[in-house]
Amino acid sequence: MTSTENKYILLKGNEAIAMAAIRIGCDGYFGYPITPQSEVLETLCNEKPWETTGMVVLQAESELASINMVYAGGATGKRVMTSSSSPGVALMQEGITYMAGAEIPGVIVNVQRGGPGLGTIQPSQADYNQSTRGGGNGDYEVIVLAPASVQEMADFVETAFDLAFKYRTPVIILSDGIIGQMMEKVMLPPFKARKTAEEIATLYPWAATGRDMKRKNNIFTSLDLDQERHERHNIHLQQKYATIKEEEVRYEEIMTEDAEYLVVAFGSAARIAQKAIEDCRSEGIKVGLLRPITLWPFPTKRVAELAGQVKGILCAEINAGQMVQDIRLAVEGKTPVSHYGRMGGMVPTPEEIAEVIRKQLVQE
Amino acid sequence: MKKEFIIAGFGGQGVLSMGKIFANSALMEGHEVTWFPAYGPEQRGGTANVTVIVSDERISSPIISQFDVAIILNQPSLERFEETIKPGGILIYDGYGICTPPKRKDISVYRIDAMDTAATMNNVKSFNMIVLGGLLKVVPIVNTENILQALRDTLPTRHHHLIPMNEEALRKGMEIVTPLHTL
Repeated sequence: MTSTENKYILLKGNEAIAMAAIRIGCDGYFGYPITPQSEVLETLCNEKPWETTGMVVLQAESELASINMVYAGGATGKRVMTSSSSPGVALMQEGITYMAGAEIPGVIVNVQRGGPGLGTIQPSQADYNQSTRGGGNGDYEVIVLAPASVQEMADFVETAFDLAFKYRTPVIILSDGIIGQMMEKVMLPPFKARKTAEEIATLYPWAATGRDMKRKNNIFTSLDLDQERHERHNIHLQQKYATIKEEEVRYEEIMTEDAEYLVVAFGSAARIAQKAIEDCRSEGIKVGLLRPITLWPFPTKRVAELAGQVKGILCAEINAGQMVQDIRLAVEGKTPVSHYGRMGGMVPTPEEIAEVIRKQLVQE
Repeated sequence: MKKEFIIAGFGGQGVLSMGKIFANSALMEGHEVTWFPAYGPEQRGGTANVTVIVSDERISSPIISQFDVAIILNQPSLERFEETIKPGGILIYDGYGICTPPKRKDISVYRIDAMDTAATMNNVKSFNMIVLGGLLKVVPIVNTENILQALRDTLPTRHHHLIPMNEEALRKGMEIVTPLHTL
């Protein structure tokens, strides 16, 4: 394994995901190659963690198989994950809602590309709704983390697992082809041992560890033919989601203190928007950036507060207008909200966004 | 300090690797760097390009549309990127296969005949390192020692015997890069 202790190295976002997974004690990865995220599986295969930490790496026969392996691995209390890109994650939606229903922890990385359908292989953020609205059936939510740098790709792997096990829920890391393919400096997390069977049995008494004949069976299913009991289960899930909304909202603000205008952007679009804001600031336009880090739970309260401060909000995202709906729900008409986006694998430049700030946001 | 580079040429010429070695050595010198490839259905003979930003501060957008320095290795890339160089910026190009030379007068233009030189050195694979040598001569943003260290870090150990040859290519590039028009 490469010697990378306590120093910055240059990695692609996809490579950082893989390297971080090995280090934070991930037990298993199940995936199927798809551009632009194939380096996750490739890096894991190059690093051969099964020879060092004992982490299992398996190329499944499909995305359906991958997500169901995650379902099974998570049910045994293991830290298991998968990664794919948009069309592959679309295939996984059934497994994700089953995990949500059966309260199984697991991490799904989506390195988004342009859609709909097979679309393109270039970057996109068009799976915002798929991730935050649930592509699967039923009343469920999934915690969605949106990294905006290679460092966050590395850091969010452990964050995602911690949240997944804290709340017994699937967690999505929603990245895209820009963050996945770009290289930046990154400090990888320190090595942590994988949890032992004893630790799992103690920490996760709900897990299917199969070791104790005295306790009752731990059964995992999202099916319950008793509708009254199933409503109680749904109420329990909703209470859990309410707690997550209260406790786990994360966001970053840049130059918002004195902002008269606000741009809201996540992931790679936030990086591009930040450059646009720097340029506009140098021209004297007081514009700031709010970057939601959790897309669900969405920073609704903070957006509402800022709506009272600014004269207008622009949502910049690499899609036709998805997060802008959450912004409008938060703003409740207090200030004008507009949207700028590119689609199908095209990516906006900082100049394009700066021009929208000057011509549209400030003029409104 | 912040410098924005575009390196563009044919797929298979080592454009992305050259950017990676360059970015790695800038990182070793304590700079912030981003390396973003135009990834796509790229193939040998198609076009390939990579944006490298080196800065002393946190870099916001890895995606930019204007560059301080363009390293251009074929005609289609010259046509696409000549106009994207900031006024006062730098263009370094390989003359091989270029039928319409650069026209801009508000930038400094350098020519490096790396393709021909690599052929005479009997090592076409060292082409990108010759170009990198030329770049470092014109924009001495990282030192040669760190480039060689970055090469040792990025090359698999089984290829380390090729490092002296790459060092020679770097030095050759520094020698042969020629100013055509400087501001």
